[in-house]
Order: sequence, then C-alpha cells, then structure tokens
Amino acid sequence: MAMLAQDMTAPATPGDRSGRAQALSAVLLGLLGFATVLSLAVGASGASLWDAMLGLLSGSEISARDRIVLVDIRLPRTVMGILVGAALAVSGAVMQGLFRNPLADPALVGVSAGAGFGAIVAIVLGGLLPVSVAATLGAYLVPVAAFVGAWAAMLVLYGISTRRGRTSIATMLLAGIALAALMGAAQGVLIYVADDAQLRTLTFWGMGSVAGATWGKVLAAAPFIAVSLAAAPFLARGLNGLALGEAAAAHIGIPVQRLKNASVLMVAGAVGAAVAVSGGIGFVGIVVPHLLRLLAGPDHRFLLVNSALLGAALLLCADVISRVVIAPAELPIGIVTATLGGPFFLWILLRQRGILEM
Amino acid sequence: MLDAQDITVRYGRRPILHGVDFRARAGAVTAIVGPNGSGKSTLLKAITGEIDYQGFVALNGRDIAHAKVWELAAIRAVLPQATPLAFPFTVAEVVRLGLSRGIQAGQSDLIGQALARVGLSGYEARFYQELSGGEQQRVQLARVIAQVWSPVEDGSPRWLFLDEPVSALDIGHQLEVMQLARDYADAGGGVVAVMHDLNLTAMFADVVALIAEGRIIGCGAPGDVLQNDLLRTAYRCDVRVNTAPANGTFILPHAARMAAE
Repeated sequence: MAMLAQDMTAPATPGDRSGRAQALSAVLLGLLGFATVLSLAVGASGASLWDAMLGLLSGSEISARDRIVLVDIRLPRTVMGILVGAALAVSGAVMQGLFRNPLADPALVGVSAGAGFGAIVAIVLGGLLPVSVAATLGAYLVPVAAFVGAWAAMLVLYGISTRRGRTSIATMLLAGIALAALMGAAQGVLIYVADDAQLRTLTFWGMGSVAGATWGKVLAAAPFIAVSLAAAPFLARGLNGLALGEAAAAHIGIPVQRLKNASVLMVAGAVGAAVAVSGGIGFVGIVVPHLLRLLAGPDHRFLLVNSALLGAALLLCADVISRVVIAPAELPIGIVTATLGGPFFLWILLRQRGILEM
Repeated sequence: MLDAQDITVRYGRRPILHGVDFRARAGAVTAIVGPNGSGKSTLLKAITGEIDYQGFVALNGRDIAHAKVWELAAIRAVLPQATPLAFPFTVAEVVRLGLSRGIQAGQSDLIGQALARVGLSGYEARFYQELSGGEQQRVQLARVIAQVWSPVEDGSPRWLFLDEPVSALDIGHQLEVMQLARDYADAGGGVVAVMHDLNLTAMFADVVALIAEGRIIGCGAPGDVLQNDLLRTAYRCDVRVNTAPANGTFILPHAARMAAE
C-alpha cells in the first residue's frame, strides 16, 4: 500500500510524455462532447435542442417536427460524423506507423480511392448479383465492397513500396497517385454505364458528406468501424516498436508480419466503411495524428485513442461549418476539410522537407 | 551457449557465407572481425534470426528457427549499426521500447539506469532525432541493455548482440561501451560483437572469430588469431602486431595496401 502511494506520487520520468498525453485525452473528450452538442443544436431548420431537452425533462410533448429533425436527421448525422472522423483519423495514424512515415494518409495514397471504387462497383453492378446474395448482404453490400477495395489497395501499396522492410516514401506516394488514377478511370467507366437513379446516388455519395446520414447507413458502417477501432489499441505497442524498423521490432519481440496484416485489415475496415457512407473526406487522417504528435509525442498507446477523439471532434466541427457557412444551403464537408487540411499539409511538407529524400 | 552450425547465406545467387560454424559462450565477449564485405554483419543477422539462412542456430539450447520472436526477445537483445526513427520520440521513450510488457520491475527506474550506463544521464527529455550519430547509437545501446538488463535470468544467461557498437563513437565512449560489454559478460551474460577496431578487440574480447570472404579463417584467443599472417590474409595489408607485457596485444598498420594478387 505504501509502495502504491509512493508510485502514485513519484514524479514522472523526464522525457516521458504519457502523463501529458492522458491529460490531452481528457481535454479532447471535452472537446468532442462540446462538438457533439453543437452538431445536435445547429441546423437549417432552426429546431432547438434546448427546447427539445427542456420538453423531454419536463415531460411535456415536443413537436413532431422537432422530434424528426433531432432524432432522425441531426442525431444519425452526428453519430456518423463521430464514426467517420474517428475511423479516418485512427486509420491515418495506423498507416503512418505502419509505413513509418508521417505523410501516409488513406486519401493521399489511394486507399480511399480503392474503397470508393469498391463502393461504386457495388452501387452500379450490385443489381447483377444473385438475389440471394444481395438480400443477405442488404445494406452491408456497399461497406463490404468498399472494405474489399480498400484492403486490395493497401496490399498493392505496401507490396510495391516496401522492400526488405524498408518503405520508400517516394515510391509510396507515386504508387498512391497511380492507384488513385487507375481507380478514377475505372470509376469513370462505371459512372458511364450507370442509370439515372444510380447516378444520383453516386453524385451524392461522391461529394464527401455526412449530410445524407440515416440510421440505416449508420448501422451499416458502425460494425466495421467499431471492430476496427476496438482492434487499434492492440496494435499500439507493435507500431511503437516498428518505429525502430522491422528487424529491430522483431528483436524486441514484436510479431512483425502479424502486426502488418492486422494493421492492413484494420485500416481497410475503417476506411472502407467510412468511405462507403461518406464519400472521400480528405486530410483528417494526416492532420489529426500530426497535431497530436506535436502536442504529446508519437507514442501510439495514446496517439491512437487521441486520434479517435480529435478526429471525431474535428469532423463534427467541419460538418457544423459546412451547415452554417452558406445556410440554408450546405457546403460539402470535403470542401471544408480540404480548405483547412490542404494548407496544413503544405506546412508539414515545408517543416520536414528532409523526409521526402528518404 | 550460442551454437551456429553450417551457416550458408545467399543474397540472390551470390553466397555471402559458406557453411560457417560459429560458437560463443556465456560469460565471454566474442568478437567477429574481418574486412568490409567479408560477411561479419551477415553472420550476426543470421544468428539473430534477422535474415534467412541455411544451417542450424541454437541459443541456450533452443533452435531459434522454431522460437517465437517474443521468446527470443526475452533472452537476447540486438543492437543494429544505425537506427533512424520516423517520429519525434524522446530519448526516454526510445529506451522504454526495449522494456517488455510488465516483466521488468521498476521500469521507469531502469530507463534512467540504462542511460547512466551509457553515459547519457540527463538526456531523457531530449529528442532522439536531434542527437548526434554517436549519441543516437548510445541511446539504442541503452534500449538494448534495458531489454536484457540482468545478464542471468532464472539461471540461464542472456545475450547482447552488437553490430559495430563503437564505430560512431569517440575514444572515450568506445572504452565506456566496451567496458559495458565486458562487465555484462563478467556477470554471466553472453556478448557477441561485430568489431572493426582490432585494438579494442584485442583489449576486450575473450574470443575472436576472423572472417574473410564468407569463411572463418581463425577463431580463438585474441593473441592467437590477431597474428600477422592471418591478418594479412584477411585484410590484404601489412600490419605489425606487437605485444607489450602490461597492455597485451596492439596492432599498427605497417605499409601501404598490398597489391591484389
């Protein structure tokens, strides 16, 4: 007991930022709470969260219109924002750990394009599936297809850019460009053969938005994202070790091949589901982990959790901005994240010019 | 006991090691020396399981080809030649990477002790990427000795495998690091080090294995292996080996490089 008390009060080891990272988690949790309330409270209809909450608390009826706005529009949209933001940010952090490079991002290196291709194949050609298969998969058809697309893109990317445990950054980025171009061409072909109804679905989907969120979409994406996010903490220690390189990671007892396989599946699941329901939302995966590394260090035991919190909060804020900037119309959220993320990405490049020469 | 038998390694079609037999015992510092490209580091990579090899390697009686990576990590640590990091870790965070999950008691203590052992006390909060090459190498050494801190665990020895541990260091830190290896062996652990500096090897090693062109051409006590003839065969240059009663063997370069035969 005395020892325990001593441990609790012992000053932190210098250079150990775990205390700071944990404090940051608390702050980010607060931020996410704030963003959640904001996302529920702000919208074109002017329905008031406060009136509704007061109504619920006092037991009086709230109007049917307000109930629909809050429960069937803003709530699924908010849940979707949390899921997608967390999924993209954690995927970015895991990819960066796996590739040992702070520039790896699902959207930048073609993984999102792979997921998008899978999703479009499902939307356009899903009707060709045997009825029994389509009925079994139901709402999961698009997320499953996006998952497969993202997974294939990850495998191709890792296979091309990593030789003997060393990932070439230039090769990775260039392979990503090639993959994205290829996927874009394939998507173009599919869009060409799509009928009008499919085209409309595709257009809304491709804008990169959580605006069309429904409980059905949330439930389709949630299992993939939940499993991926739950798996992420188990990768943390391995990704820390991998920072030393694959050989040194194995020497400290990390089963490297298993770690790589699990990371690829985790990223594919999270990115696939996120892209399937929200289209391509860029830069979350690169901005969030980078900011967090600056604030509390690169230890993945905290980085992954904090990425989930900040990613979710950031996406909700971006979504709120997209709702109010040109209200009552809405800006696609992808435009908001790109406007914020593009300059940020350039700033990273300017700070770390050296890493491109690796 | 480290027992490697008939080790052959090829990179592509080119053979690097030709059926090498290599043994090292706990309680001794075993040095692997030889010219550039002779296969020293390749031998170290094979006996630590880092690269594929033909042959048989056993550490403490256990075939390493069939051991799990975490089982091996519990009995031996490996220091690479250089370790660039992709992310801005602090020195303390790098050393912590060597500590296995919950096995070591008083882990935060161990970080400071390991850093003190390599002469880097007070460097805990510095950023690894901002250190010099020699300092980075000593941080990695601290990580490595933290991984196998006690030289003997449950009655069986633990091992340090060091790939050119002193190449980037100044003379003072060279002696400090070699003394660390010496102490580890004297306390019952095993040390296998790839070395370039023949004088440090003569000073600190108990056994020297001399490699040339993928074969061990001499193995034994430093005084027996570090001889004019063998060194000339291996390094293709003339050296003069001197022995002084107080300091043991020392080696001086003697003449310009010999013409290739």
